[in-house]
Amino acid sequence: MPLTVETYPTLSEAARAFAAARAARFMGGGTILMRAVNEADQSFDTLIRTTDRAMTEIRTTGSAVTLGAGVTMASIAASRDTAFLAPVARLIGGPQVRAAATVAGNLFAAAPYGDLTAALMALGATAEMTDGRRQSIDDLIRGGPTRSLVAAVHVPVPQGGLHFRKVSRIKPKGVSVLSVAAVLPRQGGRIENARIVFNGMGARPVRAEAAERALNGQALGASAIAAAAAHAAEGLSPRDDAIATAWYRREVAGVHLRRLLEDIR
Amino acid sequence: MAKKPVTFTHNGEEKAAFVSDGQNLLDVLRRGVGDLTPKYGCAQGTCGACTVIIDGAPRLSCLTLAETVEGAEIDTVAGLADGALSPLQDAFMTHFAAQCGYCTGGMLMSAAALLKHNPRPSREEVVEAISGNICRCTGYEAIIEAVLTAAANGGLRRTGAR
Repeated sequence: MPLTVETYPTLSEAARAFAAARAARFMGGGTILMRAVNEADQSFDTLIRTTDRAMTEIRTTGSAVTLGAGVTMASIAASRDTAFLAPVARLIGGPQVRAAATVAGNLFAAAPYGDLTAALMALGATAEMTDGRRQSIDDLIRGGPTRSLVAAVHVPVPQGGLHFRKVSRIKPKGVSVLSVAAVLPRQGGRIENARIVFNGMGARPVRAEAAERALNGQALGASAIAAAAAHAAEGLSPRDDAIATAWYRREVAGVHLRRLLEDIR
Repeated sequence: MAKKPVTFTHNGEEKAAFVSDGQNLLDVLRRGVGDLTPKYGCAQGTCGACTVIIDGAPRLSCLTLAETVEGAEIDTVAGLADGALSPLQDAFMTHFAAQCGYCTGGMLMSAAALLKHNPRPSREEVVEAISGNICRCTGYEAIIEAVLTAAANGGLRRTGAR
């Protein structure tokens, strides 16, 4: 099956073409899709891309940062506006991958990729779609394939900081055994609306809701940390892959959550 | 299917190529331009052997759609030497940082990208810079030492006569 590459000057034109195509993929940085092209993957016959410069813009708007869907990990790591996300971006791939890999590409990357997405979910980020909808990253990745494209991601700047830990076999660029992102807003010293997200503990990044419940209303002390760690993998379904078994991931999820929380104290 | 024309600067020289839909830059450089210094390794973005510098950033040419480099500046190992080997290449020889040599082109370009932006990197920064490149023969120690030595000796270009 011959492959066709269609390039559009604007995202809206690319979105229309994507919605109308039967077997098309949208191409961002290419770090995942070009692998499929190199393997002559027959599941798609069209690559749709855009040269729209808005895709690579980082804008600060009040207490949020807007990332164009095509912003790269290298840009996030280098921008002052995204300093709170830079430690996550720097842990993704090697320098060559970071120069190409994009925000939206990470949203739709299958496990074990998705470290940035875990961080965006913990931050409560929302995706702006080309059809005008705006939805949470949680809903977007739970919803599965869509005929609409992500135009940008709106990321609230965390007041108490974003906390992130990546566990990999190879340092510094190995893919994740798992990673964990946490945002822990506090009122009067007690945690309110904790958001803890694991990458690697499911087919896509997932909220660790049992661990969040264990932390909400508590001070970040030894007993709360122990309770969160004990419930870290509750309700989650990690998978076996070449990096680690599901059993191993379940065993160590609590250990790494505990270490992350202890580092915050 | 009609091929698309792409023009870019390759090691300082204007080049034009006709590329097929889906063709990667590595293929264009090797078959179209005749520059065999970027190596065909895994074609999956894992090994780093095909690393080139595009507009100042290290990139994997196997994962770069050829038509996306329209107007770009592309540097490869073929452009590192300037009559004589660059200090970076010299340091790789001196430190025995290449055994089978297959990874060396990619290692050199990752190191070159680092030295362009950071002429005096720390050891940690060198480790980070070559973290996207796999070497199975030499081990990384000799390569790290070579890059640090090159940085101390002027980086990518000689400062005086050899």
